[in-house]
Amino acid sequence: MSTKDEKNSLLDKRSSRRNFLKNSGLTVGGLIAGGALGSLLVENDASTTDVQSEPHKTFENPNVALMYFTPEQYRITEAATERIFPKDHNGPGAKELLVAYYIDHQLAGGWGTGTKEYTSGPFYPGESTQGYQGRLNRQQIFEIGLKAIQDLSVKTYDNRFEKLSEEEQDAILTEFAEGKVELIGMKSDYFFGVLRSATLEGAYADPLYGGNANMEGWKMKNFPGHQMSFLNIIEDEFKVIEPAALNSQHSH
Amino acid sequence: MVKKLPKTDVVIVGVGWAGGIIASELTKKGYQVVGLERGKDRKMEDYFMAHDELRYAIRHEMMQDLSKETITFRNNEKMRSLPMRQYGSFLLGVGVGGAGTHWNGQNFRFLPYDFEMRSETIKKYGADKIPADMTIQDWGITYDEIEPYYDQYEKMAGISGEDNPLGGPRSNPFPTGPMKKTQAMQLFDKATKNMGLHPYVQPSANLSENYTNPDGISRVACQYCGFCERFGCEYGAKADPLVTVLPVAKATGNFEVRPHSEVRRILKDGDKVTGVVYVDMNTGEEFEQPADVVVLTSYVFSNVRLLLLSEIGRPYNPTTGTGVIGKNYAYQIRKGRATGFFDEQKFNNFAGAGGLGMIVDDYNGDNFDHTDLDFIHGGMIILGQTGLRPIANNRIPSGTPTWGKEFKDVSLKYTNAALTVSGEGASMAYKQHFLDLDPVYKDPFGDPLVRITFDFEEQDRQLTAFLADKCEAILKEMGADHIDTSRELGPYNVAEYQSTHNTGGVIMGADPETSAVNSYLQMWDVDNLFVVGASAFPQNAGYNPTGTVGALSYRAAEGIIKFFENNGGQLVEAKKGKQHV
Repeated sequence: MSTKDEKNSLLDKRSSRRNFLKNSGLTVGGLIAGGALGSLLVENDASTTDVQSEPHKTFENPNVALMYFTPEQYRITEAATERIFPKDHNGPGAKELLVAYYIDHQLAGGWGTGTKEYTSGPFYPGESTQGYQGRLNRQQIFEIGLKAIQDLSVKTYDNRFEKLSEEEQDAILTEFAEGKVELIGMKSDYFFGVLRSATLEGAYADPLYGGNANMEGWKMKNFPGHQMSFLNIIEDEFKVIEPAALNSQHSH
Repeated sequence: MVKKLPKTDVVIVGVGWAGGIIASELTKKGYQVVGLERGKDRKMEDYFMAHDELRYAIRHEMMQDLSKETITFRNNEKMRSLPMRQYGSFLLGVGVGGAGTHWNGQNFRFLPYDFEMRSETIKKYGADKIPADMTIQDWGITYDEIEPYYDQYEKMAGISGEDNPLGGPRSNPFPTGPMKKTQAMQLFDKATKNMGLHPYVQPSANLSENYTNPDGISRVACQYCGFCERFGCEYGAKADPLVTVLPVAKATGNFEVRPHSEVRRILKDGDKVTGVVYVDMNTGEEFEQPADVVVLTSYVFSNVRLLLLSEIGRPYNPTTGTGVIGKNYAYQIRKGRATGFFDEQKFNNFAGAGGLGMIVDDYNGDNFDHTDLDFIHGGMIILGQTGLRPIANNRIPSGTPTWGKEFKDVSLKYTNAALTVSGEGASMAYKQHFLDLDPVYKDPFGDPLVRITFDFEEQDRQLTAFLADKCEAILKEMGADHIDTSRELGPYNVAEYQSTHNTGGVIMGADPETSAVNSYLQMWDVDNLFVVGASAFPQNAGYNPTGTVGALSYRAAEGIIKFFENNGGQLVEAKKGKQHV
């Protein structure tokens, strides 16, 4: 599919959604009314923040859908991870790499509920050398942490986190990273650490998990991914190798 | 209702390297062996999707499920012990093949000094060199005595390497030649030679060439794909019980592995053990497996825990220093290291093998003079090239922000332009470092978890700073433009990954008063119970432990065969009071 075709299909999808909304009577004078459909990821139909516009292929990618997050949680996560791993001269940031979808998918599974972790009580705060001792699993950690990001944004700037300028977003996240925000059941730097780790995972894990879109994370890092052998270059000078994902195992 | 099964000659608890070696040696001699493994069965085909950093390295796919059983930890007896709820400091193996499936393949012989550390230290520096609370002991076996078992193990695994100029003598050369030298390794080689040190290519279980071992098992050479550590090897190039000893044991028809079998107690009658009780975790059914010989082969923690739960052997008492089960828990001192950042040069850091690297032992063991130093022993210094994967490796010079625009730019810049040289410091035993049963936290059966009481000591802090300076000097000679050196050890933190080289708890020695097992890993108190693993190390050396666990497993297998041939009895005469100073 050429870039032009992809753009056309993108417009088609937009217009079909608009038609649906129009025909279903959910628009009033061109404005989209409330309700669940009105709070889809793209809040404003003409908005340039359409998460699905880049990379284009995601329109054909059934993995781009939410398993766990509410739309608001998704929007905060997308904006926050983009500040942790921003788009720059090296290449795409967390948003284009689909990191927020990656985190959403991870939260829906065993990592979100901590199925392989010791979760029996009694619970005590513990010393700094004793590791995480909280009661909260990662679903709860994100629920509390993301809400606190939103609350602090509204309180400080009278606006939602995803609407803030980059500088304002960084200021909010810095408060969390430095452990200055009061949270239920954990310190804010703990939440930020989990968010940061998950962001790097979403940028660099095999694309089968829904992030690292088109292996762009690996390309920036000159990481070749899944290769059968480096025998021919192991003694040599640095070499850039086109990456391959585990998906290539299935086409043999 | 416990269902009693037909008796077997030998039952082993844990089917990893130690269990696999013992099963292989005994079944070849015609003994019937049952292997009980708490985890699942594995075969090489299961490693099809091995190159998945998130699943295996970050989410610990192959490790013990901590929701069922973990350890608890405190730095000292005054602190409340709390469970290790998530993985951190070390990783616990589980499943057929055990940690032998997901090790790196860094494979060493300990130094002659390691086996007689206490006597040699006193002989050279006087008794005052050893602090009052440092409870290091001789092993009850010398390097020369264990050498044939190292040789046997290395031939089975096909260890690749070249002579260590500062190591103990070898009866035979390595079965396969050294691994290939990467650009980074060549740089380290040249720099350390310039400095008058003695570099050698790290001995590796990753196979530098195709190899057929004395059991007739053929394996192919390593492809340097960079996925060893925490992963299974889809080529079978990395020595793993699944592709070495277990097929040999199975081919005899005398070996049965029962996965998902959680052993809860060793059964004892008088001064003999009679078998074990285990639960089939898939059905919940309880079984008694009677056996003439019971062998615990669960590395460290489960060996200690099963003995304590079964009330076998004298538990260690840290107040009096008496008793032996749980005594001399030791670890490894890994924070003395330096990272060099290169502005002009890039390396193929993504490629590598778990056991690939260059080593110098000039600051290991007693290879250097300690007269004016406030510590004993030392550690190897290594430049490893295990293959750096992108989620876990984001090295940035100190002072760089840890997130945001600058972090991303700098971490990408140095991904293939930073090299780490690290010390792997030996860990001494102390009276106050031990394992026992936790009074509060339990597994799903209601049995107490094992508890670690451990912290770093002044010896470890001195050693860390010393090794860090040496690492820094090597990187300087290698031409790094910026070097970050880690000299501070801090308290031991169970949440921070350091090393899976936990040791001690069922230590070997010559005197039953101060050790739990003899030099055949046979319990002093119970003739037909053998306890094999790094649990036998009286303290830890400045190397990875697997080679020595392998050698001890061959030694134990020989001991068990002797035990059958002698119709029982102690294989070693106790030497009373030898360790006391």
